[in-house]
Amino acid sequence: MQRYSGFGLVKHALSHHENWQRQWRNPTPKKAYDVIIVGGGGHGLATAYYLAKEHGIKNVAVIEKGWLGGGNTARNTTIVRSNYLWDEAAALYEHSMKLWEGLSQDLNYNVMFSQRGVMNLGHTLQDMRDIQRRVNANRLNGIDSEVITPERIKELVPVIDTSKNARYPILGASWQSRAGVARHDAVAWGFARAADAHGVDILQQTEVTGFKIRDGRAYGVHTNLGDVEAKTIGCVAAGNSGVLAKMAGIKLPLESHPLQALVSEPLKPVLDTVVMSNHVHGYISQSDKGDLVIGAGIDGYNGYGQRGSYSTVEHTLQAIVEMFPIFSRVRMNRQWGGIVDTCPDACPILSKTKVKGLFFNCGWGTGGFKATPGSGHVFAASLAKGEMHPIAAPFSIDRFNTGALVDEHGAAGVAH
Amino acid sequence: MFYIHCPYCGEHREEEEFHPKGQAHIARPEDPAACSDEEWGDYLFFRDNPRGIHHELWVHAVGCRKFFNVTRNTVTYEILETYKMGEQPSITAEYSDGRPAQDAADQASLREGVRA
Repeated sequence: MQRYSGFGLVKHALSHHENWQRQWRNPTPKKAYDVIIVGGGGHGLATAYYLAKEHGIKNVAVIEKGWLGGGNTARNTTIVRSNYLWDEAAALYEHSMKLWEGLSQDLNYNVMFSQRGVMNLGHTLQDMRDIQRRVNANRLNGIDSEVITPERIKELVPVIDTSKNARYPILGASWQSRAGVARHDAVAWGFARAADAHGVDILQQTEVTGFKIRDGRAYGVHTNLGDVEAKTIGCVAAGNSGVLAKMAGIKLPLESHPLQALVSEPLKPVLDTVVMSNHVHGYISQSDKGDLVIGAGIDGYNGYGQRGSYSTVEHTLQAIVEMFPIFSRVRMNRQWGGIVDTCPDACPILSKTKVKGLFFNCGWGTGGFKATPGSGHVFAASLAKGEMHPIAAPFSIDRFNTGALVDEHGAAGVAH
Repeated sequence: MFYIHCPYCGEHREEEEFHPKGQAHIARPEDPAACSDEEWGDYLFFRDNPRGIHHELWVHAVGCRKFFNVTRNTVTYEILETYKMGEQPSITAEYSDGRPAQDAADQASLREGVRA
């Protein structure tokens, strides 16, 4: 792999940028691999990368039915934070946060991770009590988090309406200053390039149509390009996980919902942090390009069409304009929807299954992007050892039968 | 935007009057205390999540406030029928012999068969 550097940029400028190397190969599938990852989104690519880098397992295929960066990895609002309430979730997301902090250097790819801070607003007394509880829990887990007053919010975000005249007055917020945003498709491309450099085969336009299972043990997959064999298979297919699970005869407690986001026309810099509100349900940041990136909630019904309903967008924009009256005349440029696989307790599933050798990493719901490196890291360790990594272990699929849920609806409610 | 026919009001109304409430036809176990952890967990959390025909529960939240069932395609979002609580769907994703309909075309022909 040709390393990227400032010197390289100058060197390539001399040859009019015509000699840049391809970022990853387009290999033909081999008959067999050590590990197959089904799903070439951020989590799948990260899993392949850490398998190769940390565990020396380089004979890996990532099978993707579409193309890289064609799913939710490049459809989200790019928020990265780790202020989750429960110890299990906090450990997982904070593990990820620590990897984010060195990710650009690690991948030799600028993922534009910008720790501009994230605030979660409180509009009612109960909101504030929940925020205080969550901040205290965060601090006990060694995660930077603080409760801030409306005056401090106004200092950080001068354009927000903190007056008492608002319909839902802002009473305070939780603030994580290490949180921020990253460039989503750079994350997909960076992990793909780094994994490919270690010898991982990324097979795009290849769709898994079934699993090869004998005596309760998975040993390969059927694809539209023929069969591929491996003794360990990790499924990281987000919204389509349920469809894959059904092929393997497994039931998952997932429901697929459309989740929408939208961006405005580009504006001059006006908002240099991320503002989220559970209560009025909206979240907003400004991209480096200048457009406001706004996230809506999920549509309540199950759906696989990659679009959402108009009323959901309208509701979100009402909330945004309520908080930021200055944005009332901003025009929206684009709106899109992705399919998220939501779990009943708003936490993911990282788990073995009753089929030996078949693992699932799914159920990230509305907030999987922030976990991309951490999820890949612990899932890779689990695939390499055949046993779930200690950070991943609480997220077993068995929790829905034992009752040991990790209820993160409060921390995950709006935060994507 | 859905335009949903409430079988109780007998009228089509806008989506915003309704709330989706998840998969329909899930019967609460007769004797919850006698359930194994597996049965109870399955009842509480495990749901069908099909690409295609799905039977779901909706409530006419700002109308008559009654619950009813909707058969809807989760890919095209077409609403195929709505029916009252206690009734069975006339459109299903399976043939009468239990064989699943394979694709949209299959499901369409099934639907026509039902309606004919």
